Amino acid sequence: MVNFINLVVAGLATGAVYALIAIGFTLLWQTSQTINFAQGEFAMLPAFLMLAAASLGLPLWLAVLAGVAMSALVLGAAFKFVLVDPMLKHGVLPLAIATMALSIFMKETVKEVYSAEAQSFPSLLPDGNVAILGAPVSLQSVGVFVTSIVAVAALQLFIARTRTGRQMQATAQNPTVARILGIPVERMILLTFVINAVLVALASALISPIYLAKFSSGETLGLAAFIAAIVGGFNQIRGAIAGGMVLGIVDNLSAAYISTQYRGAVPLFLLIAVILFRPQGLFGRAEERTV
Amino acid sequence: MTTLRSHPVACALFAVIALGLLFGPLALNRYGLYILSLWAVTTIAAIGLNLTLGYAGQVSLAQGAFVGIGAYTTAIMTTQGWPILAALAVAVVLCFAIGWLLGYPALRVQHHYLAFVTLAFSTLAFLVFRNEEWLTKGIYGIIGIPRPVVFGFPTTRPLPFYYLCLGSLTLVSLATWWLVRSPWGRAFVALRENPIRALSLGVDTRRYTLMAFAIGSALGGVSGVLYAPLVEFVDPTPFALTHSLNLLMMVIVGGAGFFFGPFLGAIIAVLLPEWLRFAQGYYLIVYALFVMGLLVWSPTGLLGIADRWMAERRTRAASAARAAAAPTLEKEGV
Amino acid sequence: MRTVLEVSGISKHFGGIAAVDDVSFEVREGEILGIIGPNGCGKSTLFNCILGQLTPSKGDVRLDGQTVTGMRPSDLNRLGVSRTFQLLQVFPQLSVRENLILAGQEHKGTMLSRLFGARDAGLTGEADRMIAFFKMQHLADERAGGLSYGQQKLLDAAMAFMAGPRLVLLDEPAGGVNLTMLANLKDRLRAINVEQGATFVVIEHNMDFVMSLCTRVLVLAEGKVLAQGTPAEVRADKRVVDAYLGH
Repeated sequence: MVNFINLVVAGLATGAVYALIAIGFTLLWQTSQTINFAQGEFAMLPAFLMLAAASLGLPLWLAVLAGVAMSALVLGAAFKFVLVDPMLKHGVLPLAIATMALSIFMKETVKEVYSAEAQSFPSLLPDGNVAILGAPVSLQSVGVFVTSIVAVAALQLFIARTRTGRQMQATAQNPTVARILGIPVERMILLTFVINAVLVALASALISPIYLAKFSSGETLGLAAFIAAIVGGFNQIRGAIAGGMVLGIVDNLSAAYISTQYRGAVPLFLLIAVILFRPQGLFGRAEERTV
Repeated sequence: MTTLRSHPVACALFAVIALGLLFGPLALNRYGLYILSLWAVTTIAAIGLNLTLGYAGQVSLAQGAFVGIGAYTTAIMTTQGWPILAALAVAVVLCFAIGWLLGYPALRVQHHYLAFVTLAFSTLAFLVFRNEEWLTKGIYGIIGIPRPVVFGFPTTRPLPFYYLCLGSLTLVSLATWWLVRSPWGRAFVALRENPIRALSLGVDTRRYTLMAFAIGSALGGVSGVLYAPLVEFVDPTPFALTHSLNLLMMVIVGGAGFFFGPFLGAIIAVLLPEWLRFAQGYYLIVYALFVMGLLVWSPTGLLGIADRWMAERRTRAASAARAAAAPTLEKEGV
Repeated sequence: MRTVLEVSGISKHFGGIAAVDDVSFEVREGEILGIIGPNGCGKSTLFNCILGQLTPSKGDVRLDGQTVTGMRPSDLNRLGVSRTFQLLQVFPQLSVRENLILAGQEHKGTMLSRLFGARDAGLTGEADRMIAFFKMQHLADERAGGLSYGQQKLLDAAMAFMAGPRLVLLDEPAGGVNLTMLANLKDRLRAINVEQGATFVVIEHNMDFVMSLCTRVLVLAEGKVLAQGTPAEVRADKRVVDAYLGH
């Protein structure tokens, strides 16, 4: 039982991080029809930016902030202006494939420029354990979970309560109508890209202490994000959160109780199950055949 | 679907290349023959992926895994004494069936779910290759894969094996050409260009897409069947996600949907590591940048650029002809 | 004369809004029914409900007595229903003749037989006949993407008739077409209606086109049937005049 609680909490922690990455992915799709296959690498790079900043002598908290800022610039704004904007006119598929090339580019660049070895990443959260339901659970896991939830809550508040947030929501639902209503659609789309960059940077900082920072982390993180988004219902932020949690917990539990060797296969089975039994995802709406 | 066949210059070019492929290798050394054989084998996988991506418009991120399935099937069976044709049969059936099983649920949904399903399957396949040591010898791999004997001729030496690869490529190309020129090919074009219109004409887009994907996956398996005896050793590494991405880039760079796209893309992908050998690991970075740049400029790849140039020449000629014929057309009210 | 299409009580709700509200009508063999109405009155939604692109919230669609509500468009097509589109019309890479062959090939044989049968599925003759009927001989080998807008519309219409359908739904066939071409289109549609004995349902904005082509007209406003009758009756109906002028 102790083990089970530990696994669930750890699962919630990783799940929360997956959720952050999945939310950003969903947002990009909603507002600009961008399927970002490099999303996993997006969640890998910030950790290295932060490590680089720290190696320049900055204290950890400042290095993390610097990493977030650099992400916002590079993975947010630069990504949009340099790659997405020129490619959008060619359609969804070419842009998706361009992001695949981008993922290779980012992965290999980190491998060559920084290191092919896994790097340890210091944690902003305290060490030690805390008792939950009688079981000693790592404070790290709890901290990761809580931080992610706070971030998601802040995002939801922003979207629902602020004027800019509501404009972003309108843009996500129907850019044409939003434009007619006078909403600065281009700026809203840029904002989504920047928000995505911040979310993945946060995810990167939270997950790297646990799983180390490696150039190849993008593969697992990306796959987790895609599956979480689909399981939750491709078009829904709530879905991305739920999907991430489900994936994190199922992943952890199956690794412990079924097989660690085939842990990487969990996303596939979850995905197939969702597609077969509930293709619209947990929170999605059943699709109409479009005109 | 466009080919450059109708143009006399292209025909001449084709003839020159064909002759070069037939007789040139007599002058090549062992390494040159290896590269050319690798190109032929890779092109087969790329042709399969082109069917899925270029003709049916679906992204498959598992082609590398299917190559792996073909390779392991051959490695396991031929080291046990089975003839390569038996391995070929098993690999083709297996890959086709898996393609069908993956595609059937994935294509029921609207979005590009096949991409994600194949991505996840790629991970699973790699795990099976690596973990099931009793079958695949895991990370140690299977060594001593024999070269087949074809019509009584052994292919142990590089030159005969190259001709086997070239012959297989020719057969696959002919079969694919025939497929693409059949009513199925027309249906593929339809569902890629205008799927809603295609549906309204009775084209069962889902069934055709599924077939394209399953056949494309089977061709990946065929590629693997030749790959195993080519390198005479299989382990999981060449069949990881990276290889699927490479195959995808290849098809894109050559020109998705063009018949000769895979040929062009494969030669670039096989030669690039050689040309950029001085740059060591940087060649992938350069390649990725090149692909992104190419996509921005011409999403239909290199052959797309050629095709656009030719189409422009055609339209200019046609406009001139139309201008000359204008008075007659107006009379018909068209 | 038999009833080819029977639409009963079709409603389609999006959220709280009824785009189509309890629409019922019949179309008899050989008729050309025009559906008109102000912008946003639900014409396209109604069409899509009949054609299986949308599943109606309520109501039935019957084709020659058989219930076909919500059937997939490709299955409906194989039962003999075809349509033209407002946008998204032809296949740009294929030639005009190839477009027509494609339009007919899925109705001959099975998928497997198509793989091993003739390249053109035996349809070159029929395609050429259709090309001649629509007076497009000089365009037969042209890439459809290179045709003018009006020519593409004509090809779109021709494609709808390749499989000898019993019911054809035309979605704004006159939209954006010049006057000369329009007269040609109307003439060809009337001719093929007589020759093939097919039944048409036409959505249009172009009043002259509808009134001169159609044998009966149905007027929709705000998702409901406002009036139906012959063109003359409808034109004289005060409610119709109000609905159009009121907007």
